[in-house]
Amino acid sequence: MPEIKVTPLGAGQDVGRSCILVSIAGKNVMLDCGMHMGYNDDRRFPDFSYITQNGRLTDFLDCVIISHFHLDHCGALPYFSEMVGYDGPIYMTHPTKAICPILLEDYRKITVDKKGETNFFTSQMIKDCMKKVVAVHLHQTIQVDDELEIKAYYAGHVLGAAMFQIKVGSESVVYTGDYNMTPDRHLGAAWIDKCRPDLLISESTYATTIRDSKRCRERDFLKKVHESVERGGKVLIPVFALGRAQELCILLETFWERMNLKAPIYFSMGLTEKANHYYKLFITWTNQKIRKTFVQRNMFEFKHIKAFDRAFADNPGPMVVFATPGMLHAGQSLQIFRKWAGNEKNMVIMPGYCVQGTVGHKILSGQRKLEMEGRQILEVKMQVEYMSFSAHADAKGIMQLIRQAEPRSVLLVHGEAKKMEFLKQKIEQEFHVNCYMPANGETTTLFTSPNIPVDISLGLLKRESAIGLVPDSKKPKLMHGTLIMKDNSFRLVSPEQALKELGLGEHQLRFTCRVHIQDPRKEHEMVLRVYNHLKGVLKDYSVQHLPDGSIMVESILIQATAQSEDQGTKVLLVSWTYQDEELGSYLTSLLKKGLPQTTA
Amino acid sequence: MAAHLKKRVYEEFTKVVQQQHEELSAKKLRLTKPSKSAALHVDLCKATSPAEALQYLLQFARKPVEAESVEGVVRILLEHYYKENDASVRLKIASLLGLLSKTAGFSPDCIMDDAINTLQNEKSHQVLAQLLDTLLVIGTKLTENPAVRMRLLDVACKYLTDSSHGVRNKCLQLIGYLGSVEKGATKEAESLATKDVQKIIGDHFNDQDPRVRTAAIKAMLQLHERGLKLQQTIYSQACKLLSDDYEQVRSAAVQLIWVLSQLYPESIVPIPSSNEEIRLVDDAFGKICHMVSDGSWVVRVQAAKLLGSMQQVSSHFLEQTLDKKLMSDLRRKRTAHERAKELYSSGEFSSGRKWGDDAPKEEIDTGAVNLIESGACGAFVHGLEDEMYEVRIAAVEALCMLAQSSPSFAEKCLDFLVDMFNDEIEEVRLQSIHTMRKISNNITLREDQLDTVLAVLEDSSRDIREALHELLCCTNVSTKEGIHLALVELLKNLTKYPTDRESIWKCLKFLGCRHPTLVLPLVPELLSTHPFFDTPEPDMDDPAYIAVLVLIFNAAKTCPTMPALFSDHTFRHYAYLRDSLSHLVPPLRLPGRKLVSSPVSPSVTPHEDPSQQFLQQSLERVYNLQHLDPQSTQELLEFTIRDLQRLGELQSELAGVADFSATYLRCQLLLIKALQEKLWNVAAPLYLKQNALASAAAKQIMEETYKMEFMYSGVENRQVVIIHHMRLQAKALQLIVTARTTRGVEPLFGMCENFLQEVDSFQRCFISELPHMQDSFVDKLLDLMPRLVTSKPSEAVKILQTTLRQSTFLHLPLPEQIHRATSTIIEPAGESDNPLRFTSGLVVALDVDATLEHVQDPQSTVKVQVLYPDGQAQLIHPKPADFRNPGPGRHRLITQVYLSHTAWTEPCQIEVRLLLAYNSSKSKASTRLSKSTWIDSMEALPPSEYGIEGTIPFSKPVKVYIMPKPARRALV
Repeated sequence: MPEIKVTPLGAGQDVGRSCILVSIAGKNVMLDCGMHMGYNDDRRFPDFSYITQNGRLTDFLDCVIISHFHLDHCGALPYFSEMVGYDGPIYMTHPTKAICPILLEDYRKITVDKKGETNFFTSQMIKDCMKKVVAVHLHQTIQVDDELEIKAYYAGHVLGAAMFQIKVGSESVVYTGDYNMTPDRHLGAAWIDKCRPDLLISESTYATTIRDSKRCRERDFLKKVHESVERGGKVLIPVFALGRAQELCILLETFWERMNLKAPIYFSMGLTEKANHYYKLFITWTNQKIRKTFVQRNMFEFKHIKAFDRAFADNPGPMVVFATPGMLHAGQSLQIFRKWAGNEKNMVIMPGYCVQGTVGHKILSGQRKLEMEGRQILEVKMQVEYMSFSAHADAKGIMQLIRQAEPRSVLLVHGEAKKMEFLKQKIEQEFHVNCYMPANGETTTLFTSPNIPVDISLGLLKRESAIGLVPDSKKPKLMHGTLIMKDNSFRLVSPEQALKELGLGEHQLRFTCRVHIQDPRKEHEMVLRVYNHLKGVLKDYSVQHLPDGSIMVESILIQATAQSEDQGTKVLLVSWTYQDEELGSYLTSLLKKGLPQTTA
Repeated sequence: MAAHLKKRVYEEFTKVVQQQHEELSAKKLRLTKPSKSAALHVDLCKATSPAEALQYLLQFARKPVEAESVEGVVRILLEHYYKENDASVRLKIASLLGLLSKTAGFSPDCIMDDAINTLQNEKSHQVLAQLLDTLLVIGTKLTENPAVRMRLLDVACKYLTDSSHGVRNKCLQLIGYLGSVEKGATKEAESLATKDVQKIIGDHFNDQDPRVRTAAIKAMLQLHERGLKLQQTIYSQACKLLSDDYEQVRSAAVQLIWVLSQLYPESIVPIPSSNEEIRLVDDAFGKICHMVSDGSWVVRVQAAKLLGSMQQVSSHFLEQTLDKKLMSDLRRKRTAHERAKELYSSGEFSSGRKWGDDAPKEEIDTGAVNLIESGACGAFVHGLEDEMYEVRIAAVEALCMLAQSSPSFAEKCLDFLVDMFNDEIEEVRLQSIHTMRKISNNITLREDQLDTVLAVLEDSSRDIREALHELLCCTNVSTKEGIHLALVELLKNLTKYPTDRESIWKCLKFLGCRHPTLVLPLVPELLSTHPFFDTPEPDMDDPAYIAVLVLIFNAAKTCPTMPALFSDHTFRHYAYLRDSLSHLVPPLRLPGRKLVSSPVSPSVTPHEDPSQQFLQQSLERVYNLQHLDPQSTQELLEFTIRDLQRLGELQSELAGVADFSATYLRCQLLLIKALQEKLWNVAAPLYLKQNALASAAAKQIMEETYKMEFMYSGVENRQVVIIHHMRLQAKALQLIVTARTTRGVEPLFGMCENFLQEVDSFQRCFISELPHMQDSFVDKLLDLMPRLVTSKPSEAVKILQTTLRQSTFLHLPLPEQIHRATSTIIEPAGESDNPLRFTSGLVVALDVDATLEHVQDPQSTVKVQVLYPDGQAQLIHPKPADFRNPGPGRHRLITQVYLSHTAWTEPCQIEVRLLLAYNSSKSKASTRLSKSTWIDSMEALPPSEYGIEGTIPFSKPVKVYIMPKPARRALV
């Protein structure tokens, strides 16, 4: 029984360090290769020794696929390819390939330079690793080898995020990575065709959430910023460099444009600027509005948003500043926050979740007095707002994707166990398909029944399909022929051809049956009666009366002989070949019933 | 030598061809019949290869063929068809057969048998499909003939089993177009092989080819369109098709389901996997809602559009479309809308949201949550959030239609519409504002909603702002704070975009009218009056102050206590504004005040009824007094015209009628003046001046009649007759004048003939109206017609002259609703002293912004004219997309006009104005006449005398100061 095996090395009932091993029809594929943000020890990377103890990874894995550039999906890649050692192909989309090294470098800098860790991958390793990457386009089918092919679908979420279909023969798996089913200001919604995979591996971050409409949130956000700016206040928006930051920029930029506002908007330099550059380039990956209008104006060429300089923070008058990092735990955003916290006209808007212990979390939970380094007490007078902008599909979105793809089974990863449980139950209930949620290291095996293609000669196909009535695609059809299994291939050929190929002589199998009929009349009269009777009953068949006194029904011969002993009983010999078995047996049973009494 | 010979042969050959060609072109139309088919025959015989034959056929296809020669051509084509081995040539012939049978005036039943016969031996599927297409054309031309239909249906059914999708497609199409509509029209037809068309088509819903499935559904829809009642049994089949793999099938299936839901809204269908039953329309609604989240956007658009027209759906289902049960970590969450509502009702409006404010409340029973509802849940929530703006627009439109029919739904969808005001695509924003305006009768805005609506006032797009002003005109506001907020925001808008002045004033006018009681408590604050102290008098020219006054005065109209709160200067300002902005400031009854008693004064102006009466009376007076001496008739006419014009200015509702009648009277006046006796008794050459006067009068009457015909909307046939009659009189006058001034008879012949022709066509056009025109010019003229035709021009002119002078004045019946087309150019304002400088020879774009009222079909009629100081005039046709339609009867033209000129020494003014183009052949009367002749022979039509085109200026010209500078020398 062919089977598909799935083993999550990370992201099984967990969020972080996504890494899933899939073996399908003898091919082994690794989906994503991420790091875990919660750990600083060995647990931050997936345990690659699970794959093979001492052999080389390259021998075992056919390819690695990276869905998007977030570190929990690609953070372990240089470690995996350079330090553990993997030389096979790595597939990712063009934008991911462009942005991924920037983020990896940033991550390396923070770990090595700031935290002083050793035994970490180097810049050179990142470069070497990126050399192994093969970039793919959307909907492009890539042949990894003769049998294994992969295809990318648009996933929303962040620039360049993709869902991948992995296909061997007629078996296939779809891995969604992270995706978003509702479009936002800069990206479209995930889309997949009805590819009916054997297995759909879906993220389930928001397995138990159904989100409110995006518009309310956007409107609230804009209204708050607008009011504050009109009052003459300064607005601080702490963000992470990529993803949401661009969305909020576009949101504010278009709003400023529409409302003709003049207050300056600043964007902290560095990483974001580089990333914006890529957003500008990969216009085809954005949403309808940006794609359609970029000829007039590229939306990522911000007119109102300028680069930020440290000195600007003290400028008088209203302004809006995007600053990194997003949780106010260090860096520029914290510096600006300290400067502005004292004035109640100012405002800080937290656009995402904050981890416990960060300044962001403290102010969001209502703390108004903060103890900073050096025992300083900072009194927070500015307004604190929270706006959640998240780019994962919610429960409804996940269900919608499943409905679009129509998989035969579903496997959930990238979410919390308890929430998955709920969604699993729902999926099984609504779609009547199996749903799995393996933990890390746990292998899920599912059996498939792949189609086996058989070649059939056109002549035979036409002949056989002509026999039945109207051809109907939806129903299975019975065909007669000889199946030849030779050289790893299957062929369905007509019996004559099979005999010829195999060099065998043809044997005919003939059935002959005697039917006794009580009839005192002469032979030829009786034959005539039989003939008339059959002609009356079998309207659709050709019934012939041959000159030698026999009757042919199609190719079945009926002869009458007189029984010597009893003149009243006549014997009908019915003879047919094996091929005509159906009609032959019907005829005999018909004749056995006897002739009708009334004669013409 | 051989080469030379060859060349000669070639020369000869070409010569022959040329001669033939000349011959062809020289021939008259009716001679072409044999030649055309013969030429084709020759060509086809000449063709040596299929490619060549194909070329000939392609060339042939470009030329039109007359109805008489079609049959011959078809015979020749068929002859070649049988001989031809190449499938592509046969395909072309088959398609030509189809084209030819479309020829007007040709009845294709004679070629039907041949076409059916050709089917029999055809092997190529493509050709078969094309032949069936030809049969379809033939069938559609012969729908009246049941025998033909039956025959074609038989053919179609026979080929339905073909293995090619193209053939099956065409067969289904054929069945869709020809399947019998009247069930069992003839007994025999029914028994003939049980032609249950619907069953045959329905069987192909499961065809293996998606294109055939689509064709089957389309054929079914076609049957419906032709009036055949579809059976309800199809419904379940159609529902299955909704989950088809192919988008075109799904899209068509959605349509089919919609049709069925309209046909059988009340029948009951079972819900699968439960034993409940619901109405079919509800079920269909649920299913279509489901398709709003389909994978293909084409289907989504289709589904969203159709939702709007399902008005029979029960409200329970309808309201589900806006409901998307929110949850977070399995706990029920309230939507932002609900929270906003709650905040508002608890009296704590616009407090900042805290983190965790949206924290989930109750636990949800996991079993009860249905993530993919089969019902309508959240369909609009999804549709409005869709990635493609096409879907969003369709969803907004659907919301609008549903909300118009259900007030409770309107109330519910308000929040979502307000949200759409912030869409990223302007079109969607505009559409949702318009939608909101359309449903505003059913709703009252909450304060927080109003707040969001008003935020859009700062939008930099003028369209959006004006749409919003329109919306505010008809919005109901619930509190006085709301009114105050609206006023403040509008004033803010005014300072930011001063060009919106008019629109904002108008908006405030309606706002005041609608909410007098809410404005009342705000008056002291708005006028900044103080109980003890006199406050400084505000500046009368401040647009913001005017805006406030407009609001207050309009509220005061229905609130008699309000004027007591006014201070002295307010009254003075009232009088001023009432005079200067009378369309914005209503007449008020101000207590204890004697108002200026000018005729303009509102208190003196009678109400609608008296002025209507006045209008009627004055017109009656004119029509009745026919026997006055010419002098007093003229005077009376002059006075009446003056009165009417004044009335039109005062009473905007009557302006159309008054102007219309005044124009008519003016025509009459001109006619009378021109016909004054003493002028005509003198020998012509002596009275050059009078002749000039008469001809000028004739010309002016013509102009005025065109104005009357084309500038007013709501003109009925009764009026058109009178107008045409007046024009006829003017033409007669012209003829008489010319006859008197020109020497020699020759030119007169043509003119007389022309005139008689016109009389003739007048008679033909308005034959039904003639009985109403007793004693009129034309009536008398028609009596004299035999004499006129036979007599010499000079005599004819004499007869005309007497008839014209004896004829009576026709009573112009007034139409119910008549409006004069007007336009005002808002931009350019014509006030600028700074010339628009540009380099000569290059182009400068001038923004033109104008409002048009009561213009029918402005896309084709309104033109912009630019007059340069050198007399050069330029006519610009604005693009259809430049016209917007903000409200019924109103249009707005926002366009750019490109100017260019050679260099001038100093800046000078050009004039820009709007023109209304007309084409008299398009008038109601003459279309009837010329329709039959138009189609038959497009080429042979002589230039019709009805095709007079012209323009009427209908806006005040605006002067623009421009300065084309000489081009600077390029740097070498």
